[in-house]
Amino acid sequence: MSSFWLALQHVMVIRMRNFLYCTGVLLLLWMSTSLQAALNIEIFGGGTNKIPIAIAPFNGERGLPQSISAIVSADLERTGLFKLVDPLGLTSQEFEQIRYIDWQGRGASALVVGSILPLPDGRIDVRFRLLDVVKQTQLTGFSGAVTTEQLRAFAHRIADIVYETLTGEPGAFSTRIAFVRKQGSQYALQVSDYDGFNARSLIEYTEPIISPAWSPDGSRIAYTSFEKKKPVVYVQTLATRERKAVANFKGSNSAPAWSPDGSKLAVVLTLHGGSQIYLINADGSGLQRISQSPGIDTEPSFSPDGKWLMFTSDRGGSPQIYRMPVSGGAAERMTFEGDYNVSPHYSPDGKRFVYIHRNAGRFNVAIQDLSTRQMQLLTDSNFDESPSLSPNNRMILYTTEIGGRGILSIVSSDGQARSRLSLEAGNIREAVWGPLLKQR
Amino acid sequence: MRKIFAVLVICLLSACASDNAQQTSDIEDHSYSSREGEGTRGGAGSDGFGMNPLQDPSNILSHRSVYFDFDSYAVKSEYRDLVLAHAAYLRDNTNAQVLLQGNTDERGSREYNLALGQRRANSVKDILLLSGARDQQVEAVSLGEEKPRALGDDESSWAENRRTDILYQGEY
Repeated sequence: MSSFWLALQHVMVIRMRNFLYCTGVLLLLWMSTSLQAALNIEIFGGGTNKIPIAIAPFNGERGLPQSISAIVSADLERTGLFKLVDPLGLTSQEFEQIRYIDWQGRGASALVVGSILPLPDGRIDVRFRLLDVVKQTQLTGFSGAVTTEQLRAFAHRIADIVYETLTGEPGAFSTRIAFVRKQGSQYALQVSDYDGFNARSLIEYTEPIISPAWSPDGSRIAYTSFEKKKPVVYVQTLATRERKAVANFKGSNSAPAWSPDGSKLAVVLTLHGGSQIYLINADGSGLQRISQSPGIDTEPSFSPDGKWLMFTSDRGGSPQIYRMPVSGGAAERMTFEGDYNVSPHYSPDGKRFVYIHRNAGRFNVAIQDLSTRQMQLLTDSNFDESPSLSPNNRMILYTTEIGGRGILSIVSSDGQARSRLSLEAGNIREAVWGPLLKQR
Repeated sequence: MRKIFAVLVICLLSACASDNAQQTSDIEDHSYSSREGEGTRGGAGSDGFGMNPLQDPSNILSHRSVYFDFDSYAVKSEYRDLVLAHAAYLRDNTNAQVLLQGNTDERGSREYNLALGQRRANSVKDILLLSGARDQQVEAVSLGEEKPRALGDDESSWAENRRTDILYQGEY
């Protein structure tokens, strides 16, 4: 009898251990997916073209206000080029001696490990290594001492280095964006990290602000304000907050776009009747009319070589996108699908443009290749607006409406990854991606 | 050429003025024709004989909104009398100034809607100028979709927002 009970207890213990083990694994999986959900990133398409990379939790990051590995993971995933491999319990514990076989077993071909140490002066030492799991070598490593306020920026810098090393393209994770936030009757033009964090107001008013545009060197923002009860274009310097009304002609003034050398702005004026495109110097002098049509010409966007303007026009009977030489000349129609194509933005490499395409009452982000003229729809939500590309042409910032609120969103330029950024209250619209700045 | 045409139109309109007043007073209110006389006598403000016609609810001049169909900027016939009344007021009160604000519903690009709102303001301005107002008296601007009067997500809200408002100096 007693041996039977002993045997039974033995089996129960083993079953319990197995049960706990399974629960533990499931718990880890659930936690990692719920972290995913909290970051609101959806992945489309198979993983066949993506680089499988594992970002191991950094040693010592648990006590920090920001998880560096989580920021790096989200950054890389948003590009659509990476498949994030779940560490499944592994960490950066073996920072110096990597057990490559464990990571190979999880399907990773690249690995990021990191380590964090508090310094006596209150700053934090952060170091990371990027490893080729197959070749079992280090590709790059980096370290720095930062304050807690600088942690997010350092994590983005790590993501930039990992991205550049593995793809050969410059990273855009340390760039900034601008957008308008409406809260109650207050409108604020804000500048933030590319992922929406650390937003600061450049100007706030109780009248609408629309169409912000970054100067090519990132030092100024042009925008349209209704504070004078009619639309007027201002240029404001970020460092000093000084601003100047550069287009306040009779009628409406709006839709500023910077020439690539920063010396001129294309603007839309109704000075002579309908909305037409003009050029002015960045200080507001020297007005010159560019477009000639009896209808609406608006939303100009310069090509990166400064020679072309992409714009929206209804000269053909419905709003479509056209392109014309800045020096003057005939406009060429670019969009032929559907009866409503608006809001064009050239890609920084000049090879493509993004825009909003209306289809069966839905407004979605589309991208068109200028050499093949092929168009691809990148989103399928209901009300998408104001698309613009990252300076490395890899991601598209736009706003989408959910529950009556505008939400900041990013879709990778191949459509493979979609993420929602705005985590706080407020109604976001008119988002625009800033330029790549020289390394600090 | 445009000036000659405008003068001809004004002559035609003033020749028909008394007939028009009779017709509208039949439709609106029997006191309309006497109030119209008061309004056009003085300047923009009240002259003590009664309400400022621009604010008098029984006067067509207190009606300030012209509504438009979806994606359209054509002034419909049902609003022609309203616009012509304001043109007559501007013609007779040469110091009066108006700001026309064109609006759209919320669907679509903000900048494109700004341009569409401008067309709706321009349509009203064109009729005002043809009918007696001078260019210096009228400024047409657009608010696009930015200042909706109705906040719903349905067709009736959208219809309310597709309009041009007529504002006199002192009201903006």
